[in-house]
Amino acid sequence: MKELKLMKGNEAIAEAAIRAGADAYFGYPITPQSEVLEYLMAERPHERTGMIVLQAESEIAAINMVYGGAACGRKVMTSSSSPGISLKQEGLSYIAGSELPCLVVNVVRGGPGLGTIQPAQSDYFQAVKGGGHGDYRLIVLAPASVQEMADFVDLGFELAFRYRNPAMILTDGALGQMMEKVWLKEPKPRMTEYPEWATTGKTPDRERNIITSLELDSGRQEKFNLKLQAKYREMEEKEVRYETIECEDAEYLLVAYGTSARICQKSVQVARENGIKVGLLRPMTLFPFPKKILREMAPKLKGILSVEMSTGQMVEDVMLAVNGLVEVEHYGRMGGIIPAPDEIVSVLEEKFIKQNYYG
Amino acid sequence: MAENLKTENIISTRNLVYKKSSILTDNVMHYCPGCGHGTAHRLIAEVIEEMDIQAETIGITPVGCAVLMYNYLDIDMQEAAHGRAPALATAVKRLMPDKYVFTYQGDGDLAAIGTAETIHACNRGEDFTIFFINNGIYGMTGGQMAPTTIPNMKSSTSPYGRDVEMMGNPLKITELVAQLPGTYYVTRQAVHTAGAVRRAKKAIRKAFENQSLKKGLSLVEIVSNCNSGWKMEPVEANRWMEENMFQYYPPGDIKVDGKILST
Repeated sequence: MKELKLMKGNEAIAEAAIRAGADAYFGYPITPQSEVLEYLMAERPHERTGMIVLQAESEIAAINMVYGGAACGRKVMTSSSSPGISLKQEGLSYIAGSELPCLVVNVVRGGPGLGTIQPAQSDYFQAVKGGGHGDYRLIVLAPASVQEMADFVDLGFELAFRYRNPAMILTDGALGQMMEKVWLKEPKPRMTEYPEWATTGKTPDRERNIITSLELDSGRQEKFNLKLQAKYREMEEKEVRYETIECEDAEYLLVAYGTSARICQKSVQVARENGIKVGLLRPMTLFPFPKKILREMAPKLKGILSVEMSTGQMVEDVMLAVNGLVEVEHYGRMGGIIPAPDEIVSVLEEKFIKQNYYG
Repeated sequence: MAENLKTENIISTRNLVYKKSSILTDNVMHYCPGCGHGTAHRLIAEVIEEMDIQAETIGITPVGCAVLMYNYLDIDMQEAAHGRAPALATAVKRLMPDKYVFTYQGDGDLAAIGTAETIHACNRGEDFTIFFINNGIYGMTGGQMAPTTIPNMKSSTSPYGRDVEMMGNPLKITELVAQLPGTYYVTRQAVHTAGAVRRAKKAIRKAFENQSLKKGLSLVEIVSNCNSGWKMEPVEANRWMEENMFQYYPPGDIKVDGKILST
């Protein structure tokens, strides 16, 4: 049944996975997301639903366990944080190249290298541009609340299976660690029937199933690359999700996702109290990116500020979307620092409004 | 008399002593003439056929010469990233505990890049089977030094022979995993003579049968030749293997029914 609980974002992901009917979770501890594995181990999902939980010897092993499980047509997932997600990139490339569904959660921390354990949004490029080798994309979901952390687990699996493509929840340490109330969905039963491509043992009524990303013939490989691209175009057509806040009369637009978007929501309020007409576009899918709505809004705007906890990554997609129709600027904080609402308003004034007075 | 020698009289079911396994496909194998992979594939296929477990078997192929194994066996197969087959097999077996799951890996795949996955799958006692083809060289990439290349053995990246002072020692990973409590059956075989083939097939069968006991991982190493990589004629390669590889990697059972055999 549906339940209201107070939970950490990481715990909400874990509980949502059990309720989404996941067949297995494979993970390796890393701050700030170890609660996912800890919660699952404490919860004994094997007794609740038959779901398997295994602590792997490395992030590499974990993603390859996901690969093996996904190849059997099962709902499988892993979670990690930035350095661990880097280790998973090879596996993700194989999973995308073999057209398998799975869910990967990245509770982002600051980098590069070992970086910091504090929240950041500096893995945007890695998440939305492919990450590993070869031309592929992940479906990337960006929750901005503990509620969405839970809801996007089910949505991620649904999209992953619909497109036979890995899906990623790109969140950060702040959302992973913060506690909020969350409505947990009624549990779904685990699947009992598996897709026809799954390697479940070759029965006499069908040809053998082979899961591979290898193609030695150039012509066939190119054809496969084009097939993947067609799939990604279809996602761009059908799966874009976003939220607009106070955009109807907006002269300036903030674009932000996840934790940054929560702060920007307050910035919109502060700016409007100061008489500046600001709106917020919050992408909920980072791939596919809400290009179309940005392009539609662009001619009516005097400026767009992309706010990210990074040195400026999503801002490139915003620029590509508006293609010069309006000026786009970036504001970011790094190292685990979350910008304050009035700080963002000051930057907006600095970059667009004051400049207009004197310029 | 002449009547008996007619082809149609000779090729008859009555005279059939050997046939291709129904688990082998009609695809022409890409392996070099003289290579042991073809024989190892055939033995695995025969065991699957004889145990009647085609519908229950899932195989994981490596990166290396056997990457295309899925073209030759008529069973469901997954192609892993280099060295990661035991991780895939772990998930497959845990999600479908009643299936027969095996990996088929070369020495570079299993004992170099995939060492962690190999050791941890063995140590967890995963109930699948690893077939480990050890020819002491990276065959597919053109004969580079492998973790199992024996001392003084020449390869394209040890052109003057493996200098253990500089390049380190060969890794006896089979003896190593036999020490782990999670392995139930660890054996070293070969497929270069009729006798070796018979023994290897028995080992393969035992390794598959062990899966239903759920007592841990079975690993069958097959010391094999790589005549192309070793730059030898097939017959010479097999002789060299017996005289040199077997010194370092002696064939025989190492651990049976969970007990290490005294040497």
